[in-house]
Amino acid sequence: MDALDRNIINTLQHDFPVCDRPFAVLAETLHSTEDELIARVQTMLDSGLLTRFGPMYNAVNMGGALSLCAMKVPEERFDEVTAQVNAFAEVAHNYQRDHEMNMWFVLATETQQELENTLAAIADRTGIPVYNMPKQKEFFVGLHFKA
Amino acid sequence: MCQAVKHNPLKKDERQLAELDRRIVLATQSGLPVAAEPYRIIAEQLGINTQLLMDRLEAMKADHRIRRIGVVPNHYKLGYTANGMSVWDVDDTFIDEAGEQLGQLDMVTHCYQRPRFPPEWTYNLFAMVHGHDRDEVLQKVSQIADLLGNRARKHDILFSTRILKKTGLRLKDKG
Repeated sequence: MDALDRNIINTLQHDFPVCDRPFAVLAETLHSTEDELIARVQTMLDSGLLTRFGPMYNAVNMGGALSLCAMKVPEERFDEVTAQVNAFAEVAHNYQRDHEMNMWFVLATETQQELENTLAAIADRTGIPVYNMPKQKEFFVGLHFKA
Repeated sequence: MCQAVKHNPLKKDERQLAELDRRIVLATQSGLPVAAEPYRIIAEQLGINTQLLMDRLEAMKADHRIRRIGVVPNHYKLGYTANGMSVWDVDDTFIDEAGEQLGQLDMVTHCYQRPRFPPEWTYNLFAMVHGHDRDEVLQKVSQIADLLGNRARKHDILFSTRILKKTGLRLKDKG
Protein backbone atom coordinates (compact mmCIF):
# COMPACT_ATOMS: atom_id res chain seq x y z
CA MET A 1 0.00 0.00 0.00
CA ASP A 2 1.54 3.29 -1.08
CA ALA A 3 0.53 6.94 -0.78
CA LEU A 4 -1.88 6.76 -3.71
CA ASP A 5 -3.61 3.67 -2.28
CA ARG A 6 -4.02 5.44 1.05
CA ASN A 7 -5.33 8.51 -0.68
CA ILE A 8 -7.84 6.43 -2.65
CA ILE A 9 -9.05 4.64 0.49
CA ASN A 10 -9.38 7.85 2.49
CA THR A 11 -11.17 9.69 -0.30
CA LEU A 12 -13.50 6.91 -1.42
CA GLN A 13 -14.62 6.14 2.13
CA HIS A 14 -16.39 9.48 1.96
CA ASP A 15 -17.79 9.64 -1.51
CA PHE A 16 -17.66 8.26 -5.01
CA PRO A 17 -19.17 10.64 -7.57
CA VAL A 18 -22.33 9.88 -9.52
CA CYS A 19 -21.50 10.98 -13.05
CA ASP A 20 -20.62 9.49 -16.42
CA ARG A 21 -16.87 9.09 -15.76
CA PRO A 22 -16.43 9.08 -11.97
CA PHE A 23 -12.86 7.78 -11.99
CA ALA A 24 -11.86 10.50 -14.45
CA VAL A 25 -13.30 13.12 -12.08
CA LEU A 26 -11.44 11.58 -9.14
CA ALA A 27 -8.22 11.41 -11.12
CA GLU A 28 -8.03 15.20 -11.06
CA THR A 29 -8.29 15.54 -7.28
CA LEU A 30 -6.07 12.51 -6.64
CA HIS A 31 -3.45 13.63 -9.22
CA SER A 32 -3.65 10.35 -11.04
CA THR A 33 -5.30 8.94 -14.14
CA GLU A 34 -8.60 7.23 -14.72
CA ASP A 35 -6.91 3.96 -15.75
CA GLU A 36 -4.57 4.01 -12.77
CA LEU A 37 -7.39 4.51 -10.28
CA ILE A 38 -9.46 1.73 -11.81
CA ALA A 39 -6.48 -0.63 -11.62
CA ARG A 40 -5.72 0.33 -8.01
CA VAL A 41 -9.29 -0.15 -6.79
CA GLN A 42 -9.51 -3.53 -8.54
CA THR A 43 -6.19 -4.64 -7.04
CA MET A 44 -7.27 -3.61 -3.53
CA LEU A 45 -10.58 -5.45 -3.93
CA ASP A 46 -8.74 -8.56 -5.15
CA SER A 47 -6.31 -8.46 -2.23
CA GLY A 48 -9.10 -7.98 0.30
CA LEU A 49 -7.84 -4.59 1.45
CA LEU A 50 -11.20 -3.28 0.28
CA THR A 51 -14.24 -5.40 1.04
CA ARG A 52 -16.75 -3.37 -0.95
CA PHE A 53 -17.09 -0.84 -3.72
CA GLY A 54 -20.51 0.62 -4.45
CA PRO A 55 -23.59 2.01 -2.75
CA MET A 56 -24.06 1.30 0.97
CA TYR A 57 -27.76 0.79 1.50
CA ASN A 58 -29.54 1.59 4.72
CA ALA A 59 -31.73 -1.46 5.34
CA VAL A 60 -34.18 0.37 7.58
CA ASN A 61 -34.69 3.27 5.18
CA MET A 62 -35.20 0.72 2.42
CA GLY A 63 -38.29 -0.43 4.29
CA GLY A 64 -36.62 -3.39 5.93
CA ALA A 65 -36.10 -4.02 9.62
CA LEU A 66 -32.81 -4.28 11.45
CA SER A 67 -32.03 -4.74 15.09
CA LEU A 68 -29.19 -5.45 17.47
CA CYS A 69 -30.10 -8.22 19.89
CA ALA A 70 -28.34 -9.51 22.97
CA MET A 71 -28.54 -12.65 25.06
CA LYS A 72 -27.04 -13.88 28.32
CA VAL A 73 -25.94 -17.35 27.34
CA PRO A 74 -24.70 -19.74 30.04
CA GLU A 75 -21.03 -20.64 29.28
CA GLU A 76 -21.75 -24.37 29.15
CA ARG A 77 -24.41 -23.86 26.49
CA PHE A 78 -22.53 -21.31 24.43
CA ASP A 79 -21.62 -23.48 21.44
CA GLU A 80 -25.03 -25.13 21.31
CA VAL A 81 -26.84 -21.76 21.43
CA THR A 82 -24.46 -20.31 18.81
CA ALA A 83 -25.47 -23.07 16.41
CA GLN A 84 -29.16 -22.55 17.18
CA VAL A 85 -28.99 -18.77 16.65
CA ASN A 86 -26.75 -18.89 13.56
CA ALA A 87 -29.13 -21.36 11.91
CA PHE A 88 -31.55 -18.46 11.39
CA ALA A 89 -30.85 -16.87 7.99
CA GLU A 90 -32.11 -13.58 9.42
CA VAL A 91 -29.05 -13.42 11.71
CA ALA A 92 -26.55 -11.34 9.70
CA HIS A 93 -23.71 -10.93 12.22
CA ASN A 94 -23.12 -12.58 15.54
CA TYR A 95 -20.35 -11.73 18.00
CA GLN A 96 -19.27 -13.15 21.31
CA ARG A 97 -18.41 -10.36 23.75
CA ASP A 98 -16.72 -10.41 27.15
CA HIS A 99 -19.70 -9.45 29.30
CA GLU A 100 -22.54 -11.13 31.13
CA MET A 101 -24.53 -10.16 28.02
CA ASN A 102 -22.23 -12.32 25.95
CA MET A 103 -23.95 -12.89 22.61
CA TRP A 104 -24.71 -9.95 20.30
CA PHE A 105 -26.26 -10.41 16.91
CA VAL A 106 -27.84 -8.32 14.19
CA LEU A 107 -31.18 -9.41 12.78
CA ALA A 108 -32.09 -8.19 9.29
CA THR A 109 -35.47 -8.84 7.73
CA GLU A 110 -37.58 -7.25 5.05
CA THR A 111 -40.45 -6.40 7.41
CA GLN A 112 -40.91 -5.51 11.06
CA GLN A 113 -43.28 -8.44 11.45
CA GLU A 114 -40.65 -10.92 10.25
CA LEU A 115 -38.21 -9.40 12.72
CA GLU A 116 -40.58 -9.90 15.62
CA ASN A 117 -41.39 -13.45 14.52
CA THR A 118 -37.70 -14.28 14.31
CA LEU A 119 -37.00 -12.83 17.77
CA ALA A 120 -39.77 -14.95 19.24
CA ALA A 121 -38.54 -18.05 17.39
CA ILE A 122 -34.96 -17.58 18.68
CA ALA A 123 -36.15 -17.17 22.26
CA ASP A 124 -38.33 -20.23 21.84
CA ARG A 125 -35.63 -22.40 20.25
CA THR A 126 -32.94 -21.51 22.77
CA GLY A 127 -35.12 -21.04 25.85
CA ILE A 128 -33.17 -17.83 26.58
CA PRO A 129 -34.68 -14.33 26.61
CA VAL A 130 -33.61 -12.05 23.77
CA TYR A 131 -33.07 -8.36 24.45
CA ASN A 132 -34.17 -6.43 21.38
CA MET A 133 -32.22 -3.18 21.03
CA PRO A 134 -33.15 -1.55 17.71
CA LYS A 135 -31.58 1.83 17.12
CA GLN A 136 -33.84 4.67 18.23
CA LYS A 137 -31.58 7.28 16.77
CA GLU A 138 -28.50 7.18 14.60
CA PHE A 139 -25.92 9.89 15.14
CA PHE A 140 -23.83 11.19 12.29
CA VAL A 141 -20.43 9.58 12.23
CA GLY A 142 -17.59 11.49 10.61
CA LEU A 143 -15.95 8.08 10.15
CA HIS A 144 -13.61 6.56 8.78
CA PHE A 145 -10.51 4.44 8.97
CA LYS A 146 -7.47 6.49 8.17
CA ALA A 147 -5.35 4.35 5.88
CA MET B 1 -64.24 10.53 -8.48
CA CYS B 2 -62.11 13.50 -9.29
CA GLN B 3 -59.65 12.59 -6.59
CA ALA B 4 -59.44 9.02 -7.78
CA VAL B 5 -58.64 10.18 -11.27
CA LYS B 6 -55.99 12.52 -9.97
CA HIS B 7 -54.39 10.15 -7.53
CA ASN B 8 -54.25 6.87 -9.36
CA PRO B 9 -51.66 7.85 -11.97
CA LEU B 10 -49.47 9.25 -9.20
CA LYS B 11 -49.65 6.04 -7.24
CA LYS B 12 -48.81 4.11 -10.34
CA ASP B 13 -45.75 6.30 -10.89
CA GLU B 14 -44.68 5.78 -7.30
CA ARG B 15 -45.10 2.05 -7.61
CA GLN B 16 -43.06 2.03 -10.79
CA LEU B 17 -40.32 4.06 -9.14
CA ALA B 18 -40.31 1.79 -6.10
CA GLU B 19 -40.02 -1.23 -8.38
CA LEU B 20 -37.22 0.41 -10.36
CA ASP B 21 -35.38 1.31 -7.15
CA ARG B 22 -35.69 -2.26 -5.97
CA ARG B 23 -34.16 -3.51 -9.21
CA ILE B 24 -31.36 -0.98 -8.81
CA VAL B 25 -30.68 -2.21 -5.28
CA LEU B 26 -30.57 -5.81 -6.46
CA ALA B 27 -28.21 -4.91 -9.30
CA THR B 28 -25.80 -2.93 -7.10
CA GLN B 29 -25.97 -4.38 -3.60
CA SER B 30 -22.98 -6.60 -4.24
CA GLY B 31 -21.08 -3.64 -5.69
CA LEU B 32 -20.46 -1.52 -8.77
CA PRO B 33 -18.29 -2.64 -11.68
CA VAL B 34 -14.77 -1.25 -11.40
CA ALA B 35 -14.77 0.38 -14.80
CA ALA B 36 -14.61 3.81 -16.43
CA GLU B 37 -18.39 3.99 -16.80
CA PRO B 38 -19.81 1.89 -13.95
CA TYR B 39 -23.26 3.48 -14.08
CA ARG B 40 -23.63 2.90 -17.81
CA ILE B 41 -22.86 -0.80 -17.33
CA ILE B 42 -25.51 -1.17 -14.61
CA ALA B 43 -28.03 0.88 -16.61
CA GLU B 44 -27.54 -1.40 -19.61
CA GLN B 45 -28.10 -4.48 -17.44
CA LEU B 46 -31.35 -2.93 -16.24
CA GLY B 47 -32.40 -1.73 -19.69
CA ILE B 48 -32.71 1.90 -18.61
CA ASN B 49 -30.75 4.97 -19.57
CA THR B 50 -27.74 6.01 -17.55
CA GLN B 51 -29.15 9.37 -16.56
CA LEU B 52 -32.25 7.74 -15.03
CA LEU B 53 -30.05 5.38 -13.00
CA MET B 54 -27.93 8.28 -11.78
CA ASP B 55 -31.05 10.28 -10.88
CA ARG B 56 -32.45 7.37 -8.85
CA LEU B 57 -29.13 6.89 -7.03
CA GLU B 58 -29.06 10.60 -6.18
CA ALA B 59 -32.66 10.38 -4.98
CA MET B 60 -31.81 7.40 -2.74
CA LYS B 61 -28.81 9.30 -1.38
CA ALA B 62 -30.98 12.33 -0.68
CA ASP B 63 -33.50 10.37 1.39
CA HIS B 64 -30.78 8.25 3.04
CA ARG B 65 -31.76 4.92 1.57
CA ILE B 66 -28.15 5.05 0.38
CA ARG B 67 -25.75 6.14 3.12
CA ARG B 68 -23.02 6.85 0.63
CA ILE B 69 -21.36 5.43 -2.46
CA GLY B 70 -17.73 4.46 -2.03
CA VAL B 71 -15.41 1.83 -0.64
CA VAL B 72 -15.29 -0.12 2.60
CA PRO B 73 -11.79 -1.02 3.71
CA ASN B 74 -11.05 -4.16 5.66
CA HIS B 75 -10.16 -2.47 8.92
CA TYR B 76 -8.15 -5.46 10.13
CA LYS B 77 -5.88 -5.12 7.11
CA LEU B 78 -5.44 -1.42 7.85
CA GLY B 79 -4.18 -2.42 11.29
CA TYR B 80 -7.32 -1.64 13.30
CA THR B 81 -7.46 -5.04 14.94
CA ALA B 82 -9.16 -4.12 18.22
CA ASN B 83 -12.76 -3.04 18.54
CA GLY B 84 -14.84 -2.39 21.59
CA MET B 85 -18.51 -1.62 21.86
CA SER B 86 -18.64 1.20 24.38
CA VAL B 87 -21.99 1.61 26.08
CA TRP B 88 -23.08 4.63 28.09
CA ASP B 89 -25.86 5.44 30.51
CA VAL B 90 -26.59 9.01 29.47
CA ASP B 91 -29.36 11.16 30.87
CA ASP B 92 -32.01 11.33 28.14
CA THR B 93 -31.85 15.14 28.28
CA PHE B 94 -28.28 15.04 26.96
CA ILE B 95 -28.50 12.13 24.55
CA ASP B 96 -28.54 14.20 21.34
CA GLU B 97 -25.59 16.41 22.18
CA ALA B 98 -23.65 13.43 23.54
CA GLY B 99 -24.35 11.32 20.44
CA GLU B 100 -23.36 14.11 18.10
CA GLN B 101 -20.10 14.74 19.96
CA LEU B 102 -19.15 11.07 19.97
CA GLY B 103 -19.87 10.69 16.27
CA GLN B 104 -17.24 13.34 15.52
CA LEU B 105 -14.44 11.42 17.24
CA ASP B 106 -11.85 9.51 15.26
CA MET B 107 -12.28 5.77 15.38
CA VAL B 108 -15.94 5.88 16.40
CA THR B 109 -17.59 4.15 13.46
CA HIS B 110 -21.16 3.73 14.70
CA CYS B 111 -23.09 5.72 17.26
CA TYR B 112 -26.67 4.88 18.21
CA GLN B 113 -29.27 5.49 20.86
CA ARG B 114 -30.88 2.19 21.89
CA PRO B 115 -33.53 1.18 24.45
CA ARG B 116 -32.59 0.42 28.06
CA PHE B 117 -33.74 -2.69 29.93
CA PRO B 118 -33.46 -1.68 33.56
CA PRO B 119 -32.33 -2.93 35.93
CA GLU B 120 -30.06 -5.37 34.07
CA TRP B 121 -29.20 -3.05 31.17
CA THR B 122 -29.27 0.71 31.70
CA TYR B 123 -27.06 1.78 28.78
CA ASN B 124 -28.77 3.86 26.10
CA LEU B 125 -25.88 5.16 23.96
CA PHE B 126 -23.68 2.80 21.96
CA ALA B 127 -20.44 3.85 20.26
CA MET B 128 -18.25 1.37 18.41
CA VAL B 129 -14.61 2.26 19.02
CA HIS B 130 -11.77 0.93 16.88
CA GLY B 131 -8.06 0.95 17.56
CA HIS B 132 -4.77 -0.61 16.58
CA ASP B 133 -4.83 -2.51 19.87
CA ARG B 134 -6.87 -2.92 23.01
CA ASP B 135 -4.97 -0.18 24.84
CA GLU B 136 -5.76 2.35 22.16
CA VAL B 137 -9.45 1.45 22.42
CA LEU B 138 -9.36 1.80 26.22
CA GLN B 139 -7.59 5.15 25.89
CA LYS B 140 -10.23 6.35 23.42
CA VAL B 141 -13.02 5.25 25.74
CA SER B 142 -11.46 7.15 28.63
CA GLN B 143 -11.32 10.24 26.40
CA ILE B 144 -15.02 9.79 25.73
CA ALA B 145 -15.66 9.46 29.46
CA ASP B 146 -13.84 12.78 30.03
CA LEU B 147 -15.81 14.39 27.23
CA LEU B 148 -19.16 13.25 28.60
CA GLY B 149 -18.27 14.04 32.20
CA ASN B 150 -21.25 13.78 34.51
CA ARG B 151 -23.67 13.54 31.60
CA ALA B 152 -22.84 9.80 31.66
CA ARG B 153 -23.80 8.02 34.86
CA LYS B 154 -21.79 4.95 34.01
CA HIS B 155 -20.27 3.12 31.10
CA ASP B 156 -18.82 -0.20 30.10
CA ILE B 157 -16.88 -1.60 27.19
CA LEU B 158 -17.56 -4.92 25.54
CA PHE B 159 -14.70 -6.35 23.52
CA SER B 160 -15.55 -8.92 20.92
CA THR B 161 -13.85 -12.22 21.66
CA ARG B 162 -15.09 -14.19 18.67
CA ILE B 163 -16.92 -13.61 15.40
CA LEU B 164 -19.64 -16.26 15.44
CA LYS B 165 -21.22 -15.33 12.13
CA LYS B 166 -20.71 -12.68 9.50
CA THR B 167 -22.77 -12.49 6.36
CA GLY B 168 -23.81 -9.42 4.44
CA LEU B 169 -27.21 -7.80 4.55
CA ARG B 170 -28.99 -8.77 1.39
CA LEU B 171 -32.35 -8.08 -0.15
CA LYS B 172 -33.84 -11.31 -1.40
CA ASP B 173 -34.60 -11.38 -5.09
CA LYS B 174 -38.32 -11.98 -5.24
CA GLY B 175 -38.08 -12.25 -9.00
